[in-house]
Amino acid sequence: MTPELIGYITTFVLAAFVGIEVISKVPTILHTPLMSGSNAIHGIILVGAISVTSASDGTLQLVLGLLAIVLATINVVGGFVVTDRMLEMFKPRQQAEAKR
Amino acid sequence: MSQINLLAAAGFTLDEGVSLLYLLAAALFILGLKQLSSPKGARQGNFTAAFGMLIAIIASLTVIRPSGGRIVLMAVAVIVGTFIGAVLARRVKMTAMPQMVAAFNGVGGGAAALVSIGEYMRLVSGSSHGVVLAISVVFSVVVGSLSFAGSAVAFAKLQEMMTGVPITYAGQQIVNGIVLLGIIGFAAVVIGFSSSIPILVILLVISLILGVAFVLPIGGADMPVVISLLNAFTGLAVAASGFALGNTVLIVGGTLVGASGTLLTKMMSDAMGRSLSNVLFAAVGKVTESSAGAGAGAGQDQAVRSGTADDIGVLLAYSQKVIIVPGYGLAVAQAQHVIRELADLLEKRGVEVSYAIHPVAGRMPGHMNVLLAEADVKYDQLKEMDEINDEFKLADVALIVGANDVVNPAAKTDPGSPIYGMPILNAEEAKNIIFMKRSMRPGFAGIDNQLMFDAKTIMFFGDAKESLTKLVAAVKSS
Repeated sequence: MTPELIGYITTFVLAAFVGIEVISKVPTILHTPLMSGSNAIHGIILVGAISVTSASDGTLQLVLGLLAIVLATINVVGGFVVTDRMLEMFKPRQQAEAKR
Repeated sequence: MSQINLLAAAGFTLDEGVSLLYLLAAALFILGLKQLSSPKGARQGNFTAAFGMLIAIIASLTVIRPSGGRIVLMAVAVIVGTFIGAVLARRVKMTAMPQMVAAFNGVGGGAAALVSIGEYMRLVSGSSHGVVLAISVVFSVVVGSLSFAGSAVAFAKLQEMMTGVPITYAGQQIVNGIVLLGIIGFAAVVIGFSSSIPILVILLVISLILGVAFVLPIGGADMPVVISLLNAFTGLAVAASGFALGNTVLIVGGTLVGASGTLLTKMMSDAMGRSLSNVLFAAVGKVTESSAGAGAGAGQDQAVRSGTADDIGVLLAYSQKVIIVPGYGLAVAQAQHVIRELADLLEKRGVEVSYAIHPVAGRMPGHMNVLLAEADVKYDQLKEMDEINDEFKLADVALIVGANDVVNPAAKTDPGSPIYGMPILNAEEAKNIIFMKRSMRPGFAGIDNQLMFDAKTIMFFGDAKESLTKLVAAVKSS
């Protein structure tokens, strides 16, 4: 095992624990927005898509990379926008009252 | 380029600078998730995570060295993706939110699979690859494709492009098991023996098939749990791509989603009082021959009492305490504004009105709160199940609008029922029950509800919005 690999595995294990701890107390009403928000976060694959595409050689690899960029961008942009739309419904009470 | 000089001035190499920016992005993801799990900071949390994403993307752009033409193509791809994502997310109706999340999740899984294939093709052609790379790539391709295909089926079920009833056949689990074995076999070949691109493509195709086969036997009512699970899968696929590419921000981002998504999936199935394996493999909502027969028989033997708008209007107007139980029927009929009008009218007459929100009312946990909040229903009128269940016996009327399974007493009384053990709202304890429904058809879980035949129950058939409008008129005139 290379030192890099050990570093990656360390990162993986620690991130797994953080991921579990960080949402351990979440009320039911936030389950859907939380799922949607974390859904947007795995759109980070866009970073991978960009690096693979820029390093690609040959048309096939380029096309696969570009397709991955399109899909990943849909994931990122759509994910964050749709989560925001869900959450803008949860206004603090005074604000909701003022609007009425 | 100024950024690079800045980094150099601070004593960093470019790679170190990018790594630190990735670390910042990862920290912002964690902070964002933390904020997303409390009602106060939730919206801010979404921005925090989005900001982290922006930093990661900008950082990744500083280390790539593509040719000019390729930059243009990549920019076009980003613009196309942004346009599609933004338009879909902006236009989607609140009621269709769950399937939208499924769709965004699916494309993420697809992207992870493609990224890994692309990286593998590049490295294999350079003939230097190790077993870690092969394992990461295979995992990412298999899980990413499975998530893509599974999300597509979940989308089709929720969008009602296909039946929401579980699709099962004899020996289904065995067939799925064989497909899984096939995946493991081909995966072993790629990892252990040959770096063959065609075999990787075969793996991708079988994984797509497994994704479809895995979700087909799961009922529409259980889709939110499935989407949450597939969300976690995509996260893990992204993390695996991170191993393949040697990119820490992919590992952190993907693993965070994989871990928190797994926990969230468990919380969701707990909220329904079911185990995850029961959700995934029990085909709940499949009406078996015998129970369908019994159900139909019960429907014919037992009479239901149905009432007119005027009768019900008077009943409501002269009640002291009314509890509204909203369900998906209310959401599809876009009746959230009319129900608020009815509630306001009753409150003006001195009736105490509250809403009983079952954890899985609507299509997803929290979905109903979003819909009612959209109609400006006051937050303190929305009561969670545990908070309101003891109040039903004090209520004069339980007004059930387009809900069914969440008030089905069979969950408490009939051990043979597929929803037995699911916590339900005690609507049957109210003095009167008004059951507003389009027809006698069973609910999303596909099972009969004895509450409709209860002596205290008055059925009021019709589209939720039209019926409620009639009730508003009836209350006004009484």
